[in-house]
Amino acid sequence: MRPARGWIPLNLSALWAYRELVYFLTWRDIKVRYKQAALGITWAIIQPVISMIIFTLIFGRLAGLKTDANIPQSWYPIFSFAALLPWQMFQGALQRAGISLVGNANLLTKVYFPRLIIPFSAVAAGLVDFGAAFLVLTGLMIYYGVPFQWNMFWILPLVILALLSSLAVGLWLSALNVQYRDVQQMIPFLLQAWMYASPVVYSIDMIPAKGPWRFLYSLNPMTGVIQGFRWALLGGTPPNESMIASVLMVLLLLISGLFYFRRMERTFADMV
Amino acid sequence: MASDVVIRVDGLGKQYRIGTLGMSYRTLRDTVIEVARAPLNLFRKSELEPAERKNGHTTIWALKDISFEVNRGQVLGIIGRNGAGKSTLLKILSRVTDPTEGFGEIQGRVGSLLEVGTGFHPELTGRENIFLNGAILGMHRTEIARKFDEIVDFSEVGAFIDTPVKRYSSGMYLRLAFAVAAHLEPEILVVDEVLAVGDAEFQRKCLGKMSDVAQQGRTVLFVSHNMSAILRLTQETIVIEKGKMGMRAPTPQAVDYYLSQGYSQEGQRFWTAEEVPSEAAPFCPVAVRLTNIQGRVVDTVRSVEPCAIEFEYELQSAVTGLRVGVYLMSTRGEYVFTSFDTDETDRFERLPTRAAGRYVSRCILPADFLNEGRFVIGVNASSYRVKRYFQDEKALTFTVDAIGAPGMQWPEPRMGAVRPRLDWEIEVL
Repeated sequence: MRPARGWIPLNLSALWAYRELVYFLTWRDIKVRYKQAALGITWAIIQPVISMIIFTLIFGRLAGLKTDANIPQSWYPIFSFAALLPWQMFQGALQRAGISLVGNANLLTKVYFPRLIIPFSAVAAGLVDFGAAFLVLTGLMIYYGVPFQWNMFWILPLVILALLSSLAVGLWLSALNVQYRDVQQMIPFLLQAWMYASPVVYSIDMIPAKGPWRFLYSLNPMTGVIQGFRWALLGGTPPNESMIASVLMVLLLLISGLFYFRRMERTFADMV
Repeated sequence: MASDVVIRVDGLGKQYRIGTLGMSYRTLRDTVIEVARAPLNLFRKSELEPAERKNGHTTIWALKDISFEVNRGQVLGIIGRNGAGKSTLLKILSRVTDPTEGFGEIQGRVGSLLEVGTGFHPELTGRENIFLNGAILGMHRTEIARKFDEIVDFSEVGAFIDTPVKRYSSGMYLRLAFAVAAHLEPEILVVDEVLAVGDAEFQRKCLGKMSDVAQQGRTVLFVSHNMSAILRLTQETIVIEKGKMGMRAPTPQAVDYYLSQGYSQEGQRFWTAEEVPSEAAPFCPVAVRLTNIQGRVVDTVRSVEPCAIEFEYELQSAVTGLRVGVYLMSTRGEYVFTSFDTDETDRFERLPTRAAGRYVSRCILPADFLNEGRFVIGVNASSYRVKRYFQDEKALTFTVDAIGAPGMQWPEPRMGAVRPRLDWEIEVL
């Protein structure tokens, strides 16, 4: 050990060596979340279903928002659910990751392990909720008679992209939160604004195709993810160009986030 | 690095920033304000010394110039007063925090116990917490599974292993936590004061486990305030004083040095003019202090040596019928005794009036009197049924160390505030 200055190599292999700890912390997060709740893991299903019902009533019926051009309007519930699924996973993962370091202050000050493990496992815990809600989606797809297509398997890389997005932003926010507790106050607003900046309740068709708007809109990584979900599952507007922008944006945020995190890491134990 | 040296520390230092407002973290607003002020500061620099003004923080060195080496299989004790920097040193060695300067090198897998039960989650069951805590301490799942029964046995919580630990008593909780920690098997073990948990019986068990570890030829760094544990477990000890290396010596010598060292700021208490209520006049307390057999002011005394409590005070005018005395209490608030300097009637009669001037009232506590632990000295100055001039029930605290006291061959806490050396007779009938 020696005083560290400046930028630090990422050293991701250390993470691999500590993979069991990632597993245990993830498992703890999930286990604790649903302990002593009568409905337990059912909440992972109830939350998106209720959101879907609200969105369908408010945005689908009252506001009359349109689905993608090639998705029937009567599919609005499943249209919004296909977006809610990755969105709520992203939202939950980001929320947990953002406060993860401060929430685990007792670990930071007492034990050594690669600090990246903490936001990693906070994000990974989002997969379980996703899995539960995915069952509901499958049910809805059968109910609405959505035809099977091979494109559906695209959701696997899309899920990874969503997790990486939340990890990328989560790395920045968690490290900042160690120093500035303002961050944890900001996260709910950030997420609320972010949801409306993503095509969750409305269709990407509403964004003008002319001019720079689509491109700017696609810098939001969740645009590509959600658009991709609708395309893969329901045959909505293909995400082509927005996907490239989203992936590049995630990579940019992720790499910068990793380096920023590693740079701040050495002060965590003293600052938290 | 020679093959036998497993820990090498060279010129290690750690600087901490102390916020002037006592805040441990900055808010975004602070930074925004600082940034906004930065241009202003350009215009009025040179008025204040830059270090002070830069961000309103001052710094302290919690640790400075620490250098030592530890050989494979050595058990090294680290002692020092609270706040001397022992814990900071262990934190650096276990890589929890980085040093500000210097460097350290450790060869081998390090297990550090800066606290027992790190990462225990109250909602999880004992079983779940064993696995979680084990993983946090660096054990593999298979390793934990293999030692699981042993851990449960050691912790004595067997029947409650599937109950959430939030329902545990604090004793059960600590036992389980220590049980996991005790089964950690790293090449180098760094331990901070973990023996101070649980009841007497369990402490004895922990001490036994620790000496097993030491005998298995593993390298151990062991911080403790418990001098008997240090003496029992280590051959060599480092004394840290105010962040610096005090000395490194064979343990008995280091412990002697530590216990007899005069820490001038400690072991005595001064009263400033503002602290003395006006109704105390003409009595004015100056200081109360504890001195050991060598006459040094100390905050730790040995049970087997006499020590003295001195109360220094000033009388602004003559006082009739004055008695000046001390209370001794355990830190739990139980009185051990109350005693006044004119308790002896003939002394009281010889000193009916004390003239104005400065006095010391000193009493000697005999050897083989107090049990180990923390004690509180209170002071009182009064004229019986006339006036209580001054009273402070918590003037000074000190520690009694029981090395060499009767019964120390059994590492169990003894009940009671006193530990007299009594004459026992054993008769065969």
